[in-house]
Amino acid sequence: MENLDHPRDYDDIPGTYVFDGRRLRAGYALNMFCKSLDLASNREAFSSDALAYLAEFDLTPEQHNAVVARDWIGMLQLGGNIYYTFKLAIFDGLSMQHVGAAMSREPMTVEDFREMMSRGGRPIQGNRSRKEH
Amino acid sequence: MATLVGGICTSHVPAIGAAVDHNRTGDPNWKALFEGVRPAQDWMREARPDVVIVVYNDHASRFDLNLTPTFALGVGEFFMPHDEGHGARPVPACKGDPEFAWHLVESMVLRDEFDITMVNNMTVDHGCTVPLSLAFGQPGQWPCRVIPLCVNVIQYPQPTANRCYRLGQAIRRAIDSYGQDIRIAIFGTGGMSHQLQGERAGLINADYDRMWLDRIVTDPLALTRIGHTELLREAGSEGLEIIMWLVMRGAMNETVRPVHRFYHVPASNTAYGMLILENA
Repeated sequence: MENLDHPRDYDDIPGTYVFDGRRLRAGYALNMFCKSLDLASNREAFSSDALAYLAEFDLTPEQHNAVVARDWIGMLQLGGNIYYTFKLAIFDGLSMQHVGAAMSREPMTVEDFREMMSRGGRPIQGNRSRKEH
Repeated sequence: MATLVGGICTSHVPAIGAAVDHNRTGDPNWKALFEGVRPAQDWMREARPDVVIVVYNDHASRFDLNLTPTFALGVGEFFMPHDEGHGARPVPACKGDPEFAWHLVESMVLRDEFDITMVNNMTVDHGCTVPLSLAFGQPGQWPCRVIPLCVNVIQYPQPTANRCYRLGQAIRRAIDSYGQDIRIAIFGTGGMSHQLQGERAGLINADYDRMWLDRIVTDPLALTRIGHTELLREAGSEGLEIIMWLVMRGAMNETVRPVHRFYHVPASNTAYGMLILENA
């Protein structure tokens, strides 16, 4: 049996963080913090004292900083899963387009992102493989 | 004897639910989509199912990183909408059908050796409630019973496309062996191409989506042979959830008759697709 950390063929897909066992192990606490925001009482607690609330979760310093800075791409790189980190975005009143724009490699505003979607989305051409870059 | 009256594939984009809930279906950016899906409500009124099996994925709502069932069937009496961060959707609770659900479970586990997870207490998120809104509009109560069937498509490794198809075949054998005279419809939800995460967020692959819309009707076995890396690459990391359409397709006859097909880009960050199929 190969080690869990062996390279995967999907690692070749650019700008994509496949949520496998490696990422679950790295991002467990970060994602479960986000998950806690499902409860209105937790949203109130996080709203009234964010740092005290965050201290209840076993985040790494890097994850803590990414949450505080709302570094959406950084959270994914530190094991975040979009369905969990999006709970934090909902808490902030942000849409998926806001988060999509913020994660883009090239700087994009939410209006840029919406415009891209209305023109048919980010094209697959040039985005299949890191070898294309 | 129970009858499978048909199947619907549809994306389950949460923004569609928000547009329904806030009466924005006539807005310029939604009008075309809601016109394109209207035949689903007409078809449902004709089909008059007593029960709908909704195949969807839970989005970190009922289940979280502590427990990820690959396939989970709701066997409870009712299923409330989940609060996904700004309060639960103002949609009716789903009334379950425990008698039929337990028949499904026994048939799948004992006859087909399909060891599905049984869930008595579960909320349902937009993955289940958005397809119901598309099928039924905004009634005070859903006009039929609902059996939610969750597929893990978030945590790698997801079940294979082929396993999803075979699950559908097992569901069909269970339907055909159910003694009650009820009408059943099945929804395969999710997709089409989209990616919510990463620098590639916003990805749409319309050619790949059209290939799926064609082959899910004419050659589903070709789709069952597609691997996860192709799906992640071509349909996007979240677009992989289109494998759930194969559960619906596996339950239908080998030959089906498409009665409605609709494709629209974008619905929020997603390519929207709908197919209504009847057994031929």
